[in-house]
Amino acid sequence: MTMKSTVPNTLVFFVACFFLLVNAPQPMAQQNPATKPVTEIRIGYLRAYEPQLALSVLDIPPEDEGVAGANVAINDNNTTGRFLGQSFSLDVVRTKREEDVVPVFREMLARGEKYVLTDISAKQLLSIADLARENGVLLFNVGSTDDILREQECRSNVFHTAPTRTMLADGLAQYLVWKQWRTWVLLYGSHEPDRLFADAIRRAAKRFGAKIVEERLYEDTGTARRTDSGVVQVQRQMPVFTQNLPQHDVVIVADESEVFGSYVPFRTWDPRPVAGTAGLIPSSWHPASEQWGGSQIQNRFEKATGRRMLGKDMQAWTAVRILGEAATRTNSNDTAKIEAFIKDENFSLAAFKGQKVSFRRWNWQLRQPVFLGDGRGVISTSPQEGFLHQFSELDTLGVDQPETACKLN
Amino acid sequence: MRRHAYLLAGAVAAVIDAAPSWANAVYVSNERDNTVTVVDSKTMEVTKTIDVGQRPRGITISHDGKHLYVCASDDDTVQIIDTATHQIIGTLPSGPDPELFVLSPDGKTLYVANEDDNLVTVIDVEKKRVITEIPVGVEPEGMGISPDGKTMVNTSETTNMAHFIDTSSHEIVANVLVDSRPRFAEFKPDGSQVWISSEIGGTVSVIDNASKEIVKKITFEIQGLRSEAIQPVGVRITADGKKAYVALGPANRVAVVNTETYEVEKYILVGQRVWQLAFTPDGQNLISTNGLSNDITFIDTKSDEPIKSVTVGALPWGVTVAPN
Repeated sequence: MTMKSTVPNTLVFFVACFFLLVNAPQPMAQQNPATKPVTEIRIGYLRAYEPQLALSVLDIPPEDEGVAGANVAINDNNTTGRFLGQSFSLDVVRTKREEDVVPVFREMLARGEKYVLTDISAKQLLSIADLARENGVLLFNVGSTDDILREQECRSNVFHTAPTRTMLADGLAQYLVWKQWRTWVLLYGSHEPDRLFADAIRRAAKRFGAKIVEERLYEDTGTARRTDSGVVQVQRQMPVFTQNLPQHDVVIVADESEVFGSYVPFRTWDPRPVAGTAGLIPSSWHPASEQWGGSQIQNRFEKATGRRMLGKDMQAWTAVRILGEAATRTNSNDTAKIEAFIKDENFSLAAFKGQKVSFRRWNWQLRQPVFLGDGRGVISTSPQEGFLHQFSELDTLGVDQPETACKLN
Repeated sequence: MRRHAYLLAGAVAAVIDAAPSWANAVYVSNERDNTVTVVDSKTMEVTKTIDVGQRPRGITISHDGKHLYVCASDDDTVQIIDTATHQIIGTLPSGPDPELFVLSPDGKTLYVANEDDNLVTVIDVEKKRVITEIPVGVEPEGMGISPDGKTMVNTSETTNMAHFIDTSSHEIVANVLVDSRPRFAEFKPDGSQVWISSEIGGTVSVIDNASKEIVKKITFEIQGLRSEAIQPVGVRITADGKKAYVALGPANRVAVVNTETYEVEKYILVGQRVWQLAFTPDGQNLISTNGLSNDITFIDTKSDEPIKSVTVGALPWGVTVAPN
């Protein structure tokens, strides 16, 4: 299914109607917008969407998750573009989770897309990454947290604004260690993403000196979610599932598939805080973050969409803003110029996270702080004080350069 | 010990210099507890706390010292406070989410940055009427005006531009790209340059007002601090135009910059997350707002040493000082 969504910007549209689409030369100080030709910059957005289940109805992802963030950034870029004669638009293409994305991606190529945000699985992304490179297309992974896309399967034309599981797990681990909550038990789900997050937690424990004293696997046997009988069962089940654990400070839950994790807080046998995919959750953004100018993007987002801004919205906003920043500063829509600008070692962006975000040049992962929050607010942000790094403290989160398996050609 | 002696020497020098220093009211907006704290500049003591609207940020005072203007951001208004009675006597139609503003040199016009709406609102202060709205970049914040009142500069934090606006036509005459998150615009007293701080970029861009070109980008380096912690916000330039002070946010310091060589001559340690700055009218003191330590610091501009920190309200944001 293909739908084209162009963010309306009346002024830009008007200007676009009157002037030729030419690449303007770079002026020192930009003059009045009305005297300028307009350069169009189209950004594609390829997403695999299916309605998703969650244990709490509050956690069901909104249908426009991610796309809404991209749209707000398109508006931001267009406000800036007004002064430079640049107009941005978004071309959203929707597919399904298990579907072959090559045919729809070829259609996007045929439409001339040069920059495409992707919110698809790692497998789907890898099926188009090289095709994209052959066609000079830059991909921005705004959805997948799979480390493998930044490691063994990294690509020189794929940028990642989504954090990795190891970044998220490290951000959480630093805080727990800072709290001196060093003894953990790990409860993990039986699906692939759950196991990957559990791996990231194990790695983080080793890195930051925490100890996992016991692990338990929760098999998905297809229980009912959110039904009356389910809740009764859950209240009996969770204490039993967490009974007879060795002495521990925190229960870590790895259940991205939403099978049991959200049932763990307040239902454990021992009264212990819960963290991971439930309880205290690491993410790239929190809908209640107001620090560092955050209330401004939150207000703008809520006004545009009628809901709060989620992690994936921020990841998509950031990708579109990166393209906007590159187009503004190079005053161009030339792919080579834009790629060179983003890949420059001095590239950075302001993203309401208290410090600039930039790319790890060894695998094109965006280095960024990790928010730790519960359902209500931000509890902390990592990196935590005292976790030092010779280059950037943000590189204490996730796989660092000396350990990377990525070989960009 | 040594620093004590230095301070004492400074105090003696000040007495000998003995241009009579006036007691001026210092007004500090406290973003988190909806108050304005009044501090006596001579005794450096809190004299009064005024309840104001929600999320007070930008703050300035009329040239005759009679009226205080405060951006009550979350009330979408600018409040007018009578400095004699400390009562709120009216509001100005600022447009939504006013954050910072600047008063024209003749005191008749207020230019307000509306952060949420990408606008600068121009207000006739006497008639309390909106003259016009000027569309600018995303998240307008910094507001500076040339001493002759002819050029107003607004910075937009996400667009990353300094917008030069002709105050007679209300048209943008130039847009200059600067580094990430430009926060503040300050003209030199002779009007030749405007200094723009970039919070996330970590720099101050010096723009020539005639050519609208960046003539210098000032960077800051502090031993033992990672570069991400250096986030320039407030900028003030001395009346003689020789020294610029730059508040460096979470670096907890104010940089002293020589405006001729653009060299940073000193870093003054103040409180935590220092944002805005204001001089006393005699120029002898500079006052910084330190958001996270909930205080302000008085700095001696001769020695560039901190004199005293005074606890104010929660999250002090802006500061202005009554004229003589």
